[in-house]
Amino acid sequence: MSEMKAPDRLKAQPAAATPTPAAGQPLYANRQKVYPKAVRGPVRRAKWAVLALCLGLYYLVPWLRWDRGPGVPDQAVLVDMANARLFFLWIELWPQEIYFLAGALILGAIALFAVSSLFGRLWCGFTCPQTVWTDLFMWVERLIEGDRVERMRLDKAPWTAAKWARKTAKHAAWLVIAAATGGAWIMYFNDAPTVTREILTGAASAKVYFFFGLFTATTYVLAGWAREQVCTYMCPWPRFQAAMLDEHSLVVSYRAWRGEPRGKAKAKGVGDCVDCMACVQVCPTGIDIRDGLQIECIGCGLCIDACDQIMDRLGRPRGLIAFETLTNLAASEAAAAKLPPGPERLACGMAARAAPRFLRPRTILYAGMLSVVALAMLGAFLMRETLTVTAIRDRAPIFVRLSDGGVRNGYTLKIANKTHEAASFALALDAPAGLRLVVQDVAASDAEGRPLLPTRPDGLAQYRVFLTAPPGLRLPESTPVTFRLLDARGHVVAREGSVFLGPKP
Amino acid sequence: MPTKIEKDQITGTETTGHEWDGIKELNTPLPRWWLMVFYATIAFALLWMILYPSLPIPGATGLTGWIAREAVTGDMQAHQARLEPMMARLRAATPEQIAADPELRAFALAGGRAAFANTCAGCHGAGGQGAPGGFPSLADDDWLWGGSLDAIRTTIAHGIRTPEDEEARQSQMPRFLADGMLTAAQVNDVAEHVLSLSGRATDEAAAARGAAVFAENCASCHGERGEGNRELGAPRLSDHVWLYGGDKASIVRSISYARSGVMPAWQGRLDPAVINMLTVYVHALGGGE
Repeated sequence: MSEMKAPDRLKAQPAAATPTPAAGQPLYANRQKVYPKAVRGPVRRAKWAVLALCLGLYYLVPWLRWDRGPGVPDQAVLVDMANARLFFLWIELWPQEIYFLAGALILGAIALFAVSSLFGRLWCGFTCPQTVWTDLFMWVERLIEGDRVERMRLDKAPWTAAKWARKTAKHAAWLVIAAATGGAWIMYFNDAPTVTREILTGAASAKVYFFFGLFTATTYVLAGWAREQVCTYMCPWPRFQAAMLDEHSLVVSYRAWRGEPRGKAKAKGVGDCVDCMACVQVCPTGIDIRDGLQIECIGCGLCIDACDQIMDRLGRPRGLIAFETLTNLAASEAAAAKLPPGPERLACGMAARAAPRFLRPRTILYAGMLSVVALAMLGAFLMRETLTVTAIRDRAPIFVRLSDGGVRNGYTLKIANKTHEAASFALALDAPAGLRLVVQDVAASDAEGRPLLPTRPDGLAQYRVFLTAPPGLRLPESTPVTFRLLDARGHVVAREGSVFLGPKP
Repeated sequence: MPTKIEKDQITGTETTGHEWDGIKELNTPLPRWWLMVFYATIAFALLWMILYPSLPIPGATGLTGWIAREAVTGDMQAHQARLEPMMARLRAATPEQIAADPELRAFALAGGRAAFANTCAGCHGAGGQGAPGGFPSLADDDWLWGGSLDAIRTTIAHGIRTPEDEEARQSQMPRFLADGMLTAAQVNDVAEHVLSLSGRATDEAAAARGAAVFAENCASCHGERGEGNRELGAPRLSDHVWLYGGDKASIVRSISYARSGVMPAWQGRLDPAVINMLTVYVHALGGGE
């Protein structure tokens, strides 16, 4: 940040945003580098805990093993591109079941809406990968270059050997973290121990190195350089955040009714805000929370910790900045407006607050949608078929006229066996009597003479099936037929409908 | 060229001297890095022109000597080389051996499908359904020259009535009316008789008269009851499959002027392995015997 004070900089912003440039004022404001200061407190501790949990999960999950038997990957979470399988613990999905992934994403989106309408940008401030990695990179930066003031001094200092050494060490450390991040991403798509060994020995494929490099580069650039600009300019979420929040959402707020007018701690007739700038200095996006709810605010709450520290030192109650609803802010403001700054005003304002309303039409709607989608997903998952059959009717020719005057249709039956056991199934036909069923190259049959089709474990078996209408059989142009697969006990395990086509009668 | 460059009062930027309806264009150059990227693309294009064939001059190959056709040929050769072990096995095996070996059979069906689309589908249709006018369906159960793997292979390899192949399937139906062997009335009678073989005669008396003519002129090849003869490629006349149409007019035309379809011989034009793949594929279309 330049020597210009933060409030001045922020006041300059609306002017810069309007499309009428005054003389000498550019339309585009250069980025002011943000130097967030270290802070301690409950919010910071919560952020560290979430960071440790998220990063721990991200880096360690690929190394979890899950025994699925011989010939199948034993990685607990794996997207196996080459064999087109998605493994998640005991779940194994085929490409045609990708809608489960879509369902999970929909679930995530609605959950995000619900959380935002209740607690503001909790996702942005605590769990978003951009926030988590930026936080980690800032921590490394602080270890190597020191805290805010030292970093600002270092950036202004001439390029001495010491400065070079520090900057090099910082970027090297960042690159190591970025590489570990990019590497961990690859592991979700490859066997983790194998691909790690291959990457380190230079034996991995060009594709692996490309994506390794890509994710290393994006991590380094986004968390090291772009930082809050990702949230402010690149991310669409802050834009529709506004539609999720309402006056009952708990958002990081400055209680202006208590803090204003700002003044020195010992001055008379001023509010609790001593204008120490602690909240601005710790802000990772470089804004002033006292300007109210802003699109740049990611809701991380670090300004709460910073302000509470100052309030403790001054012997004033905490909570000048807090998670607060707009309704309560207005209620406190109205109640305390007539009183002069002081303890009575504070007590009156705080007493005017109501408990946040969590049950609102909006949150009930989100909760309802969340339950519906979750139930639909659960239902779909419980009813998921492990054996499916599809019948693809020949299109050329549509039907074959036989020499005896009969008509024949050809079908390709594809039987997907999603279990790991080989099994044979009898093929039965639901069709008008007289229609003959023949499976090409299958001689085996069950006790009732139905063709017995072997399936491949965890694979697709394909059969040519012919249906023949003998000359005497009168059928309409199109006759519905159903193929059924029966297991050894005679139960129908899969069925597929199709049609038998013939000439116009 | 304007001799005096005007400066815009408000921004302090020079103008280009262009003015439309009182609106003047400021001379705002591109950012340096952008300009550099632009120049870099020009340099890249020039380098590309020198290295790669880019000028429409015959023989202009560029310094690298790279030619698209050679690259494609190389890719195709590499592909052939990859297939070669399988193709060698397919060449050495008989169609029966291929059909009995699941691995060879799967390869032959896939390869046969591609070769069929390339070589055969033009006449026989994409699914082997045939086409009117003498292009037989390969998916039905009616075969002029036999539907066993061996018979199919012979037909594909040597063709039908192919002049340049001595082993080609040969036969010639006489042109009964054109060459004056039968009168028009006799042709009509015989046609009625042929229709009666599949129970479709329209004139019983003519059909009865035609029986004698049929026995004398047609039965030697088509059989006494029109059951056909695969040795001669003489079609069965008592079934429902008609290569040149089964209505009376078509049959009269067939008797009068004869039919003699031609299929090319593919031996020497296709790899024997491909002929074997086609044999297995056609056999599996549904009519194989």
